[in-house]
Amino acid sequence: MSLTWRRLRPVVLPLVGLLVAIVFLAPYFVMLLDSLRPGSEALASPPTFLPQNWQLDAYGEILGDSRFRNWLKTSLLVSLASTVIVILVAIPAAYFTARFKFPGRTAFLFLVLVTQMFAPTSLVVGIYREFFELSMVNTYGALILTNAAFNLAFAVWIMHGFFAALPKELEEASELDGNGRVGTMLRIMLPLTLPGVVTATIFTFIAVWNEYVVALTLMQDDDKKPLTVGISSYVTGYDQNWDQLFAASIVAIVPVVILFAVIEKHLVGGLTAGSVK
Amino acid sequence: MLALIFGVVIYPAIELVRASTGEYSITGLRRGSAGTENYTDVLQHPALGTVLLNTLIWVSAVVAITILLSLGLAQFLSKEFFGRRMVRWAVLVPWAASLVITARLFTLIYDYYHGILNVFLMKLHVIDEPIDWLGDDSWTMPSMIAVGVLVSVPFTAYVLLAGLNAIPDEVHEAARIDGAGPWQAYRRVTFPLLRPALLVSAVLNMIYVFNSFPIIWTLNDRNPGYTHDTTITFMYKLAFKSADRDVGMSAAAGVFNVLLILVAVVLYLRLVKWREEDPT
Repeated sequence: MSLTWRRLRPVVLPLVGLLVAIVFLAPYFVMLLDSLRPGSEALASPPTFLPQNWQLDAYGEILGDSRFRNWLKTSLLVSLASTVIVILVAIPAAYFTARFKFPGRTAFLFLVLVTQMFAPTSLVVGIYREFFELSMVNTYGALILTNAAFNLAFAVWIMHGFFAALPKELEEASELDGNGRVGTMLRIMLPLTLPGVVTATIFTFIAVWNEYVVALTLMQDDDKKPLTVGISSYVTGYDQNWDQLFAASIVAIVPVVILFAVIEKHLVGGLTAGSVK
Repeated sequence: MLALIFGVVIYPAIELVRASTGEYSITGLRRGSAGTENYTDVLQHPALGTVLLNTLIWVSAVVAITILLSLGLAQFLSKEFFGRRMVRWAVLVPWAASLVITARLFTLIYDYYHGILNVFLMKLHVIDEPIDWLGDDSWTMPSMIAVGVLVSVPFTAYVLLAGLNAIPDEVHEAARIDGAGPWQAYRRVTFPLLRPALLVSAVLNMIYVFNSFPIIWTLNDRNPGYTHDTTITFMYKLAFKSADRDVGMSAAAGVFNVLLILVAVVLYLRLVKWREEDPT
């Protein structure tokens, strides 16, 4: 490596980094600014970069809007319930497949690919007909079950890597100490695989939180829509409340960004153990 | 676990195949069997050629650009530098935002009259007059592809970053001691070891992008007909939106969708394997 590069490196890399950050953040910065100006200003022509009248009204309006509170409630309920189901099912499944190698990793990867290939979008018509026949259209249960099923395989996949990495002797020692299978799992294995469980939990939660097409199709009752579907009604042909749309969007993404930032360090580890080793 | 996957993946898939052979009224009631009529209807649909071409352009462009950008980005983010944490967080944002929120945001950013993109590019003197990004036929697809790339890069870069992390440092040291320059070391050592991560991210990307619905659905809202639809939005329109609403035909299109992505993934894996056996 040349001498000039060694000297330039501490300056050039952070500058490139800044540029990368700006490219990725710029659209969402526009969103933040548009949530802080009156909706009519978003329709100014030509538009201005900065709001002419700074205001927080949109946030007050959406929080006072019972529709918005219902959408938020649906999003929270469906995301939490689906995540709990996925984790409760995926932990034993991942443990089992990591220890008793009967289907093997290849079958596993294949299962993930298949559930991803039949992604909700290709199946949404079939799913709608199924729940229609069960009279479950417009029920939280339908949305929760669908989301849980589509995220299960990926969660198992990520956790599988963590369980497989644990030495068998650890379990044997624990069982000699008088811990049963369940005790070994809860007291010894689970704490050691916690980063994997955390990664899988957050992945699932975010995927369900952001899901759109199944909710769009199944939840036609305005009160039961999740945020992703509901917020569209702030901007239609008749209503142009861009400030409210974007204020609601900020409320929908900021918690997720924070969640992501918190686990960012584990994220790379989780993906390494689960998918690419 | 299997019951859940069966109930929500396998059963609707069977239901889809069953629906594809049925004849349905406009309200969705089954009137009887249609045999293979729905399939021939889809194959004879006047928009089919456009839709297939759009799908091919959409998937190959988004996946190729995403992988190339992510390779560079992952390499960059794996280096130590001041502020790296912040940059990594910034890259996560488009992943954390839902596709439909990002798509809604871009309908405004791209807007001909009110969009900030035109103002920005005109101030920089890149363009002289505003462009109708989502209305002008030659710009619609590139504009949608740009959004597709923005939201696909974070996940892909992180998978590749994980792949880079899994390569032990000794390998790079050994290459350096053997006298390999940076480019040579990357091509001969890093890149081959990154293959598993690259493979995983390419296949998952192909599937996600192929199945991607909200971006095209939202950004293409204004345009009538099927000019910019991919097979996924085409299928959805047939079931829930178009004038010639037809559940059976939509189901047939859905079956074609699954087959198409299956063929694409198998072809891709074949292609990659074929290269692996190549002695060079």
